[in-house]
Amino acid sequence: MGASQTIINNASVKTRSGEPIIEIKNLQISFGNQHVLKDVSLQLFNGENLVVLGKSGSGKSVLIKCIVSLLNSDSGTINVLGENLNELNTSSLGELRKKIGFLFQSGALYDSMTVKQNLEFALLRIKRELTQKERDEKILEVLENVGLSDALNKMPSQLSGGMRKRISLARTIIVDPLIMLYDEPTTGLDPVTSDEISALINKVQKKYKTSSIIITHDIECVRATADRILMLQDGEIYMDGSLEEYENSKDPLIKSFFK
Amino acid sequence: MKIKKPLIKVNQKLILPVIRAKGYATQQSLIISEKTLAKTQLANNFFTDIANVCLFIARFFKESFTRNHEFKEFLNQCFQIGYKSLPLISVTGVIMGMVLTIQSRPVLMTFGAESMLPGMVAVSLIREMGPVITGLICAGKIASSMGAELGSMKVTEQIEAMEVSSTNPMKFLVVTRVWAATLMIPLLILYADALGILGSWAGANLKGDVNFSLFFAQAFSHIDFIDLLPAVVKSFFFGAVIGLVGCYKGYNAGRGTESVGIAANSAVVIASLLLLIVDVIAVQITDMIM
Repeated sequence: MGASQTIINNASVKTRSGEPIIEIKNLQISFGNQHVLKDVSLQLFNGENLVVLGKSGSGKSVLIKCIVSLLNSDSGTINVLGENLNELNTSSLGELRKKIGFLFQSGALYDSMTVKQNLEFALLRIKRELTQKERDEKILEVLENVGLSDALNKMPSQLSGGMRKRISLARTIIVDPLIMLYDEPTTGLDPVTSDEISALINKVQKKYKTSSIIITHDIECVRATADRILMLQDGEIYMDGSLEEYENSKDPLIKSFFK
Repeated sequence: MKIKKPLIKVNQKLILPVIRAKGYATQQSLIISEKTLAKTQLANNFFTDIANVCLFIARFFKESFTRNHEFKEFLNQCFQIGYKSLPLISVTGVIMGMVLTIQSRPVLMTFGAESMLPGMVAVSLIREMGPVITGLICAGKIASSMGAELGSMKVTEQIEAMEVSSTNPMKFLVVTRVWAATLMIPLLILYADALGILGSWAGANLKGDVNFSLFFAQAFSHIDFIDLLPAVVKSFFFGAVIGLVGCYKGYNAGRGTESVGIAANSAVVIASLLLLIVDVIAVQITDMIM
């Protein structure tokens, strides 16, 4: 199936209610002569876990980096929580980013800070109204939620890959975001830890009532977390549907993912 | 009468000489075009780099004078740059004074001007040797550490993580480091000068017995405020150059791990070179004023 024959399953979209909290229309982005995203449009609805699936280099990470304006698009519009990113100034963008949590592929913990300082760093900037006692309580609460309350005074270099991901997730959820963006949360982890991270994503969604976009090519993570799946291929949307529709698809590319 | 045109053989084919010349000319013009394009690309990259540096400096000043300063991080950087450089600068200062004394003493003895030794060493250290040598040592230590630290933060997406968590990385990482370097390096230079004179006294005592207070009294009697002022002023510029180059190279490092090494290395090389250029300019300006 070519890119022009995109499979958009409207049935799955119709089940969503209300205004989308993220709406991307005709997004295009290129680096030099390389067109990474070609006319991508998508919507994320409240409380939904949208998994963006695709091969390496298909433009998945670029897509979520555009949502937080870490990369600027060549054309197209991105509306997040009713705000058009193209029309925001620096301070408004900063305010909007406070409502979005971003889990980086590498974890991106600050190497020179302890776990506590990493968690406090975001709190001090986003939740300025909290007292030191409230901050300490919040730190302990999120660490308990990710199952690492004993790692408080450790340095990132003393943590394993899975622990880094959990702490990074704790740092993201500590500021109570409305939207969570996960960039390959299970990459480089063993199957057991991957399952734990997938379970944690679901737990975060339920407990903090977040809506999430999860970028991945790990099918077990897709199965564990997806409400809806969107497949990217060569910078274009290849298929949009539910897990069941993907599992039953006869398309060779999709079958190659869902073996 | 019909003139028969001579044919020549090229690649097993017989062709007219004029066609061969035409082909040769086309080939040559293609080579020239490719070379011109390559040179244009190089020039384009060079001017793009200069524009990026100017934008970086402009953004640094803009962020320096806007609200929400990261004062705690600035103090942390002062500690990292100033306090943690003390052992290296101490050793450098003492050795600088000692070596200068040991090398100069025989020459001065030849002219019977041994008594000028403390003054000569003090003036050379304070006006030139102290700032330049300490500046170069700081360029090696501080610019490289800034380049490597910010470079690795870029590679591991820490700078992007900072941006996403509503923190201005330019303010938090660059402004604090550059101002800390600008303020701490002059202090380190003055400290190295003082230890240099102490090292000079120690050097003088290796082959003689010089009274401590007499040596210092002689050294300071030759120093005027006008010797100290240009040295201090230029050391602020040394600090700014070291901070800006280190941060620029780290902040604009590439994506791979290799780029961390490149950022650290080029930060040291460029900061050292610029430091010497600033020194030449400062010396010329001081000379003109005095």
